[in-house]
Amino acid sequence: MVFSLETLAGLFFFLGIVSVVIGALGLIRLPDVYSRIHAAGIIDTAGVTFFILGMICLSGWSLVTVKLVLIGVFLFFTSPISGHAIAKVALECGIKPLGRDLTSKSQAAAASTKQKATPKKTTQKKAAKRKTAKKKSAAKGVRS
Amino acid sequence: MMLIAGMIGLGVAVILALVRVALGKTAFDRVLAVNCIGTLIILGIALHGFIMERPEFVDISVLYAILNFIGTFAVLKLFSTGSLGDR
Repeated sequence: MVFSLETLAGLFFFLGIVSVVIGALGLIRLPDVYSRIHAAGIIDTAGVTFFILGMICLSGWSLVTVKLVLIGVFLFFTSPISGHAIAKVALECGIKPLGRDLTSKSQAAAASTKQKATPKKTTQKKAAKRKTAKKKSAAKGVRS
Repeated sequence: MMLIAGMIGLGVAVILALVRVALGKTAFDRVLAVNCIGTLIILGIALHGFIMERPEFVDISVLYAILNFIGTFAVLKLFSTGSLGDR
């Protein structure tokens, strides 16, 4: 078996395709904005890194390699910043994360009713919370 | 051959992200998906340069990376403060 730079590039492209498609599937399947940011992070880190490493293996030592490294470093620093900004603005606009509320009051209430509560009830509560959050965000959007 | 396979993978991912743009419940889902599509398009432009054997396309790719970042932040600033800072 001949091991050349081209086979290495093919391996990197394969890993890049797998991580990009997994990230895009997560973008569809995950239930919340905040969890979708996690899926977008897979595309922005693993996908970009593997694709750029594959292209570096193909280009050899030239100016193109420097530009590819520049793209990789730029995306490596800016995509977490934009994900953080999206999460911050979404929280400011009143979109609640899914799951149990971890503030002190509701945590004590949840601990006391933990054994009584059936899973059905909690899902209903979650749905109601989601509805109110949606209304709030819609109202804010109209105001601004 | 592997370059074309990579292009097809990027195309599939862009289509899946476009489904999220169409379905997205809130505006932030759409902003996130459009940001992801921008990242995939950056990789696609660079790969297109390698397929056509003209790697000068990497320059356009650098430019598009900067535009993607600035565009996302402009939309988010419009959401959070209601203006783009021109008052």
